Amino acid sequence: MTSFMEPRVVSLKPLDAFKNFLFVLPAVLIFSIFYIYPFIELIRLSLHQWQGIGPMAFVGLQNFKELASDQVWWQSMGHAFYITIIALTFQNALAFSLALACDREIRLKRFYRVVFFIPPVLSEVVVGIVWNWILNAGTQNGQNIGLLNHFLVQSGLPNLVHNWLSDPKTALTCIAIVHSWKGFGWGFILLLAGLQTIDRQLYEAAKVDGAGSWSTFWNVTIPMMLPVIMVVVILTILGSMQVFVLILSLVNQGLVYHTEVPVTRILWSMSGTNQFGYACAQAVILGIILVIVSFTLKKLSNYMKQA
Amino acid sequence: MKKLLTWLCCAFLVAMSGCGQPQKASNQIEVWHWMTDRQEALEFLAQQYEKETGIKVKLELFAPSDAYSQKVIAAAQANVLPDIYGILDKKAIFASFIKAGYVADLTPEFKADNGAWEKAIFPKALDNNRFVEGNVDGIGPGIYGVPIDVTNIQLVYNRNLLKKAGIIKPPQTFDEFLAQIGALKRVGVTPFVSGFGEMWLLDCFVSNYAFNIMGENKVFATFRGEVPYTDPDWIKVFGVFQTLAKKGAFIEGIVTKGNKYAEQDFALERAAFAFNGSWCVNVYHDMNPALDYGVTALPVMNPAKPMKMWGGAGSSFVVNNNSTNKDKAIVFLKWLTAKEQQSILAEKTNNLPANRAAMSSLSKVLADFAKIVDSTTHPAIWPLNEDPLVVEAFDKGIQAIIIGEATPEKVAKDVQQVKEHQMGKKAQRSL
Repeated sequence: MTSFMEPRVVSLKPLDAFKNFLFVLPAVLIFSIFYIYPFIELIRLSLHQWQGIGPMAFVGLQNFKELASDQVWWQSMGHAFYITIIALTFQNALAFSLALACDREIRLKRFYRVVFFIPPVLSEVVVGIVWNWILNAGTQNGQNIGLLNHFLVQSGLPNLVHNWLSDPKTALTCIAIVHSWKGFGWGFILLLAGLQTIDRQLYEAAKVDGAGSWSTFWNVTIPMMLPVIMVVVILTILGSMQVFVLILSLVNQGLVYHTEVPVTRILWSMSGTNQFGYACAQAVILGIILVIVSFTLKKLSNYMKQA
Repeated sequence: MKKLLTWLCCAFLVAMSGCGQPQKASNQIEVWHWMTDRQEALEFLAQQYEKETGIKVKLELFAPSDAYSQKVIAAAQANVLPDIYGILDKKAIFASFIKAGYVADLTPEFKADNGAWEKAIFPKALDNNRFVEGNVDGIGPGIYGVPIDVTNIQLVYNRNLLKKAGIIKPPQTFDEFLAQIGALKRVGVTPFVSGFGEMWLLDCFVSNYAFNIMGENKVFATFRGEVPYTDPDWIKVFGVFQTLAKKGAFIEGIVTKGNKYAEQDFALERAAFAFNGSWCVNVYHDMNPALDYGVTALPVMNPAKPMKMWGGAGSSFVVNNNSTNKDKAIVFLKWLTAKEQQSILAEKTNNLPANRAAMSSLSKVLADFAKIVDSTTHPAIWPLNEDPLVVEAFDKGIQAIIIGEATPEKVAKDVQQVKEHQMGKKAQRSL
């Protein structure tokens, strides 16, 4: 006799099973067509040499072997890491500070929330055009056209006037800062939402125990916010490692190789040299790296939660 | 429930049966294009055509051109190309489309009536769409595309700014150019702007000087791997950029400047010279109708060799070989390239017409651009092209010279290294 506590195995009639299958079929089809198929196709193409049109030639792992010795590719990966590090520190520190400020009872709190969320909703092309104007190094009749250089001259700092986007020393950092400016709003919204879920009684209890604001921040806010911080960190890494529209918009096809990132290289392999197979191999490697980073962070997050 | 299931199954079957359906002949021609600036003029002509023939021309605009290229490639893979479309890619990709059977051979049409259609079009414009006997792509000789306008890229100069520096006429030699750069700098005028952030424009400028310094045979010999990039003539070509950079000729940030921004700089009189194509006439007119400027070829460095500027077909259309409307599409393209329609296009878009007979109604600047149409060159008509990765190393190297990061000798060495690597790879593949 089957105990009532045991899960009941319901055997469906074939027609019922078919009906159920029909109901999940649209979801299965959409998932297969838009997720599974492109993924399999990407891997298949990465094993071929193909111009985008005409016959494909199977080359096995040749594209991956070439990629391993492609210095520009690995250099571009380094640039993406640099942008990511600036985004992780500068962008997220800014987002967290502003979220903390807006979590308190300050005037015009709602106005600030809207203002801080404007950059992320702007198109990257628009952001590129705006910042191109700000960072423009040109002059007309002896006057600086770019807002930043004009401001520096007006502030009595003409020595700091610079060719921001065409100097290898500053171009990538400028891109990283503009990317951070554009992206901090996402982190701000997520972190603010996280801060608002913290039970206020915890702060009151900490106050009763004599904890100062710094101690409260480290021992209450940070531990409670860890899951949200991890989500923000993962999203920042994924977003920063794949930045490219902003780069095209700011420096076009790049400043020598100093502003190359993985996605601009993939784009170049596809539209510049018509090496679709190689481009897919680059995409596979970038995808693997991002999956590894995301999983590592997820594991770390779980470990920290348990600790 | 049963009804719902029946409906679901029917909807699914109908949706599936629609996939991959071959095109049906109709009284409508579908044209895919990328020319945002010509959309209005083309719409106008399409309406005219419908009035005259009763055939509707459905124009679909996909921009920018990069996105258009990808769209066409994807459509070819899915076999859903329209009746008329354009291939904006390199000639090798054009050849791949022909090999795959997506492009109709228009040679018989061009040769019909004693070659009337062929004779009406500028030969240089047709050359971009022509595959000659024994071409490297292995395509049967013939004409596979129809140019709807022609273009060329030259040096444009601002008359007012030159006058400010006491310059009466534009430079003819490189030495004169350097002297004028010095004169412009002395009166605080930025000498030169161009969209060198876009590789093709940089590539165009450099190949003009390569042809002028060493002649086209030596350039092609380099592409074949018979002359190294470390050859003194190539060092001289790279040296052009070092000399210009040292003289302070370039506008600040030229290496990352897109052509749209460069056009804005020239139109707003921020630079005296610009390296730009004939389409700029339309652009400058929109930005600053009062701009007083002229056009000339790049100043020559070696008087013994010609300075051949890039030019030829501006925009071309091909006919889908699998289209059931193929004949109608060809008739439409013949109509579009006839004198009357070409004059309308030239007048409305400020582009050079592909039909020689429509040249009579051009503005002064456009007429100046038109002067060199018959002597232009273009990678699409060269017997062979350089490996794109070598071209990339080449262009990036020039950027490095302009910003003072590398010398011509170092760049020549780096480019040669890439060239040897690519040649080695090619040899390995052919084994």
